[in-house]
Amino acid sequence: MAKHATPMLDELEKGPWPSFVSDIKQEAAHRAANPNGLDYQIPAEAPEDLLGVLELSYEEKETHWKHGGIVGVFGYGGGVIGRYCDQPEKFPGVAHFHTVRVAQPAGKYYSTKFLRDLCDLWDLRGSGITNMHGSTGDIVLLGTQTPQLEELFYELTHKMNVDLGGSGSNLRTPAACLGQSRCEYACYNTQDMCYQLTMDYQDELHRPAFPYKFKFKFDGCPNGCVCAMARSDFAVVGTWKDDIKIDQEQVKAYAAGELKPNAGAHAGRDWGKFDLQAEVVDRCPGHCMKWDGAKLSIDTKHCVRCMHCINTMPRALHIGDERGASILVGAKAPVVDGAQMGSLLIPFIDCSAPYDDVKEVIEKIWDWWMEEGKNRERVGETMKRLSFQKLLEVTDTEAAPYHIVQPRTNPYIFFKEEEVPGGWERDIKQFRERHQR
Amino acid sequence: MAEKDVILEFLASKSAVKSKFYFKDFSDLFPEKGPREVKKVLTQLVKDEVLEFWSSGSTTMYGLKGAGKQSHTEGED
Repeated sequence: MAKHATPMLDELEKGPWPSFVSDIKQEAAHRAANPNGLDYQIPAEAPEDLLGVLELSYEEKETHWKHGGIVGVFGYGGGVIGRYCDQPEKFPGVAHFHTVRVAQPAGKYYSTKFLRDLCDLWDLRGSGITNMHGSTGDIVLLGTQTPQLEELFYELTHKMNVDLGGSGSNLRTPAACLGQSRCEYACYNTQDMCYQLTMDYQDELHRPAFPYKFKFKFDGCPNGCVCAMARSDFAVVGTWKDDIKIDQEQVKAYAAGELKPNAGAHAGRDWGKFDLQAEVVDRCPGHCMKWDGAKLSIDTKHCVRCMHCINTMPRALHIGDERGASILVGAKAPVVDGAQMGSLLIPFIDCSAPYDDVKEVIEKIWDWWMEEGKNRERVGETMKRLSFQKLLEVTDTEAAPYHIVQPRTNPYIFFKEEEVPGGWERDIKQFRERHQR
Repeated sequence: MAEKDVILEFLASKSAVKSKFYFKDFSDLFPEKGPREVKKVLTQLVKDEVLEFWSSGSTTMYGLKGAGKQSHTEGED
């Protein structure tokens, strides 16, 4: 019988959806049975007490968690988030229930051995409950006690070759889409850039000195499978400069219905005959496509790299050959200010290893934000407070039309005198020769 | 005075009112130094087990080892 009655949580097991309540109950039963005869290092009833404290919170409509405190292992300023229950007598299994973040592999490729080892380790030294994966992308191990942290860290780093992730005012665990490992749209090697920057910025990941969190994310193309431009302070999004490559024979095959649009992704329902004009050309946000019934043409200078035509007809259209990435800065969820998307800073940057061009931009932004950012202010908020123009200055980026969000209504890019040929000063005599008083 | 001593003196002067400090509180002590230089001093003090990190999960602060409360409840500062 369950340790705590959980009638409200039980409701969450009904319906067709996967249920975290069922998962936690399954783990509670597994720990109670202890089929492998483990010498559990934290209370075996942790999952039962987790359900109990959640049910209490549902009843009382307030949380019973406190947070903060120990933040990791010796020398690390992140990777562990201290959690404490404020009803420790009722729920001793979760009196201390710290979260551990572990860096996920780029593209989230795992071997089954790694996952088994991780689960075995967490069964022994934690609650056995994981979150694969947290919002930032890390492996999240939910619930352990302070004496287990160093032991866990040793096992992870020495035996499993993996490190803690980021938390607090740190660089957070960088995340990448699976990129060129599986995707023909990837414009650069996202996994390699993610790995290299993770290794190069270890100090920023583990020893906090930022005003607040800072996230990198690497998308191989504008489809944005890790949503870099919405979720990261510094988004690297693959793009290309030249024309989309067109195979006209394959275009005709799509138009004739010989090839399924979107690689058959919408084949579960009859949407009628594929209409290239209506479904591709008319939907182009840049209005840069033409289809005359025999030939498809694209006016590249008006292409906004939305990916719709390529996604719809992947056998006919392909990303260009001159590949790199765009950099967008300042996306964030609400805290100090409201949520915002990233602003385009650099439209095209070389993305070949060792990624010095990208790192140069990152470090200039960090130098500025570490000096000027207020406590708990994301770089997107510093940008808003001190102006996008300031960001252009500190990154040595020349202002260009694509930096203007709303032309004329909010012209926030101003020229400086030294940027204008001839400066501000005028010869009043010469002026008066041309203009009467 | 060595940077380390400036930091310790600052912490001692605030010990009655606060136990945890933002990184910026320390960088403000050394206006002539960049944040990366200040970080090196703080990192060394953490290595020497004089200071320790404290984090709410989203924000990280520094404090004298063992000083102040560990857990934190929202709105209870």
